[in-house]
Amino acid sequence: MDKVIVAKDLSLAYSSSETIINKANFSIDSGSFVFITGASGSGKSTLLKSLYGALKSKSGSLIVGGVELKGVSRSRLNFLRRHIGIVFQDYKLIKEWTIDKNIMLPLLINGYVKSVANNQVDKLLKHVRLNHQSGKFPLELSGGEQQRVAMARALAHNPVLILADEPTGNLDEYSSELIWNLLEGANTQLNTTVIVVTHNIPKTLRVEYKHFHIEYGSIHEVC
Amino acid sequence: MKSVKNHFSLVIALLSILFSMQAYLIAERSIEAYKVNLANNYSVIAVSTKELQHSEILAINSIIAAAKELSPDSVIDRLSSDMKSSNVELLKLIMPKFYKLSLTHYPTPGEVKSLRNDLLKNSSIKKVEDFSHTHDTTYKLLTLFKNVVALFAVVVLVVTVLLIIKELRIWQYKHNERMSIMGLFGAALWLRSAVLFRLAIVDALIASVLAFGVFVYLSSSPFVLEQFNNIGISIVIFDQVDDFMLILGVAMSISIILASLIVLGHKEEA
Repeated sequence: MDKVIVAKDLSLAYSSSETIINKANFSIDSGSFVFITGASGSGKSTLLKSLYGALKSKSGSLIVGGVELKGVSRSRLNFLRRHIGIVFQDYKLIKEWTIDKNIMLPLLINGYVKSVANNQVDKLLKHVRLNHQSGKFPLELSGGEQQRVAMARALAHNPVLILADEPTGNLDEYSSELIWNLLEGANTQLNTTVIVVTHNIPKTLRVEYKHFHIEYGSIHEVC
Repeated sequence: MKSVKNHFSLVIALLSILFSMQAYLIAERSIEAYKVNLANNYSVIAVSTKELQHSEILAINSIIAAAKELSPDSVIDRLSSDMKSSNVELLKLIMPKFYKLSLTHYPTPGEVKSLRNDLLKNSSIKKVEDFSHTHDTTYKLLTLFKNVVALFAVVVLVVTVLLIIKELRIWQYKHNERMSIMGLFGAALWLRSAVLFRLAIVDALIASVLAFGVFVYLSSSPFVLEQFNNIGISIVIFDQVDDFMLILGVAMSISIILASLIVLGHKEEA
């Protein structure tokens, strides 16, 4: 099976004095569903940031989608990110844009024709059960609805990899279940690799998944 | 409403720069026109012991535009009633020649001094009347007026730049988030900055069109035209092509520099 992520002796740090992830070795197969857990401050989100190139590694090698992120050029990183969908706990929606335009963002970046992009947005709004909210701005929606918009945006361009940072952290049960269903659907129907950073793995999940745990700067697989 | 608010701050800042710039241009044009008026009425008198050729006088200094010999007849006529005709003839022979020198432009005090020295270097010219005291006062008054307007323009410029720097910080905060989010999905720099540059260009256009409207109105206002008529000058208050291109150029440059500074100062979220 193809590896979508390969880390060798990967060390991550925000400053030279404090290493957050220390010489980690792991790999993730294409099309798999992966959970990364750990205590608060253990480095889960830091690891996720490094996967989309927002944090450079201190040492070691990190290959995502065949791109070595150490010393990667800006244009190559942009190219990689166009094939990744990211979901954040705080949604990171553009407040001055309508939810439709927010969902359309990856499509516009990937050069989709406007009419195709509009059709795709309509489908996605139905998919995340928000078609009745079309034309509204993010702040007019509840937290759960905003996260569904963020989910739709992450799915819009059929990415090969979805990275989700505590996507249900702020949500009620109903919205959480919807988000998990959407992530499961992307994984099972589109064979998208899904990596979720979370505190709690949902018990109702129907897909097979891998589980990595971060503790004291090291990453190990939980069997 | 939100959209108007987005544009308001930069448009107002740009408008104040454009107004102070155009005010300075109008003041400079008025002073230049007034100088032409003064130059037409200003002349230097040179007294020579012998007759000088026109070309000889013009060669003394390039500022001399023309020389006209003043006729002594009116003076001699006044004196002739008390004098014998032979004495009048003798007086005509020994009387010096008076030349009225017109100048190419209204001279600076330095040019007046230099002209005076050059004239006196000619052995035939014994006396020069340059009315330097009156000239100096008028010239200093004009310079003072020009400097006051320039100072006013600079003060407005400084205050406006400070306002723009403050606006820049607000824009930086406002646009950083959007640019970062777009960056997370792989948007190239030009795409991330497109909204910002579009906003800057639209604001520059709005400010330029507003300034154009106001100056077109002012340049045809009877009140303003009367003020210029009162001091005997006629100037182009606002050239609808050249001046508009200038204000558009200045507004565009400021807006684009502002947008570029935000793009260059953009730091991606880590």
